[in-house]
Amino acid sequence: MTHSRYPELSEHAFFAGLDNAAVAAIQSCARDCHYATGNWIARQGAPADDLYFIQDGRVAVVFPAPQRELTIQTLSAGDIVGWSWLMPPHEWQFDIKAVKDCSMMGIDGRSLRAKCEQDHHLGYALMKRLSRVMVDRLQATRLQLMDVYENRK
Amino acid sequence: MFMKIGSDLRPSSIQPDPMCPDVHHVMSISQETSDIYTLKLQPTERREAVRFAPGQFNMLYAFGVGECAISISGDPTVNNVTEHTIRRVGLVTGTLGSVRAGDSIGVRGPFGTPWPMDQARGRDVLLIAGGIGMAPLRPVIMDVLANRENYKELTILSGSRDPEGILFADELLTWKKQPGVDSKVTVDHADSRWNGNVGVVTTLVNRTVKDPKDTIAFVCGPEIMMRYAVTELQKNGLGKDQIYLSLERNMKCAIGLCGHCQFGSEFICRDGPVFRYDRIEFWLNQREL
Repeated sequence: MTHSRYPELSEHAFFAGLDNAAVAAIQSCARDCHYATGNWIARQGAPADDLYFIQDGRVAVVFPAPQRELTIQTLSAGDIVGWSWLMPPHEWQFDIKAVKDCSMMGIDGRSLRAKCEQDHHLGYALMKRLSRVMVDRLQATRLQLMDVYENRK
Repeated sequence: MFMKIGSDLRPSSIQPDPMCPDVHHVMSISQETSDIYTLKLQPTERREAVRFAPGQFNMLYAFGVGECAISISGDPTVNNVTEHTIRRVGLVTGTLGSVRAGDSIGVRGPFGTPWPMDQARGRDVLLIAGGIGMAPLRPVIMDVLANRENYKELTILSGSRDPEGILFADELLTWKKQPGVDSKVTVDHADSRWNGNVGVVTTLVNRTVKDPKDTIAFVCGPEIMMRYAVTELQKNGLGKDQIYLSLERNMKCAIGLCGHCQFGSEFICRDGPVFRYDRIEFWLNQREL
């Protein structure tokens, strides 16, 4: 894994509408990350200190069941990964694995969390955006649970 | 006097009585997934070319058992051979699934409204399929590929329950290699052996639409999935008049007489199965239907 600065944060749709100061605050916590296919990005129960923006590739959100791994969903370019850094107990709830070589922008969640505590406008702006992502994922998961392709004989 | 019904594509001299099945012989039967198979059929009597348009369906009759409406999944540019991709869900589809090459079945049709290929000309074509919904969209893909210069980008989004249930998996890979064609597959459930997309097919819509004003979307699959697909398409800038759905109901007569497939003011067999979304939006939101 390598790290470098990520200067073009404001281009991501997630940050649309944020003022320059907010973008700068987040930018100060950003870095580039690369994960090769098969590498683990996060493990369930480990400290959740990162938020990722996928630029290229694909990751799987995996539930580590006994004897096997169940993929709950995959995320790809344009998607974000991880909100556990914002919610106590700040631990990853699932495993995250690169299933196709990944380039991502990583945000240091601990630093960003501290900034959100200091600047509630920033915190609220981020919370609104993350809530939107969560709602979309929840809706998609509900549809997944309906098992609409089941063969109802 | 015979009633003129369904598509104008069918010359009236071919099958004058829409209630009378023609005998077809089974050229082949191939297993697509554990519960889905494809029948390739040919009329037993030599006659004028039987043509269909993408999106139309036939009534298939298992002699002595019953009849069911099945979309045509074959190539619309090939005359006198029809393909039907069928899921085993009951007695008739189970019986049809047990036929062998050389056996005979009855066929009425083709019936119903086709996908509006004329509206798709000169535009990006986005197909969203869920499960067996891929079958009535396959002729669209074949038509676009046969007339590539008439269309812009073709994007195929296909959703299945699991990797084993992906319909036309090999063809999806082949189609993707064609210029101007992209296909994305996703499954609802998978283990770590699957490296493709996992999630509902509607999540693929985001970032797929490049030019919403110049895109037409054809959607076919479970009705719940189609509702979510419409929502995603609208979020991505498509108007109601740019979205077409293929609906399914219990069809019996196939000519708009018996009323089994009535859907509000529409008969799915006669006025559909393909509808522009704004024509059926009201009825789709009625819980009783």
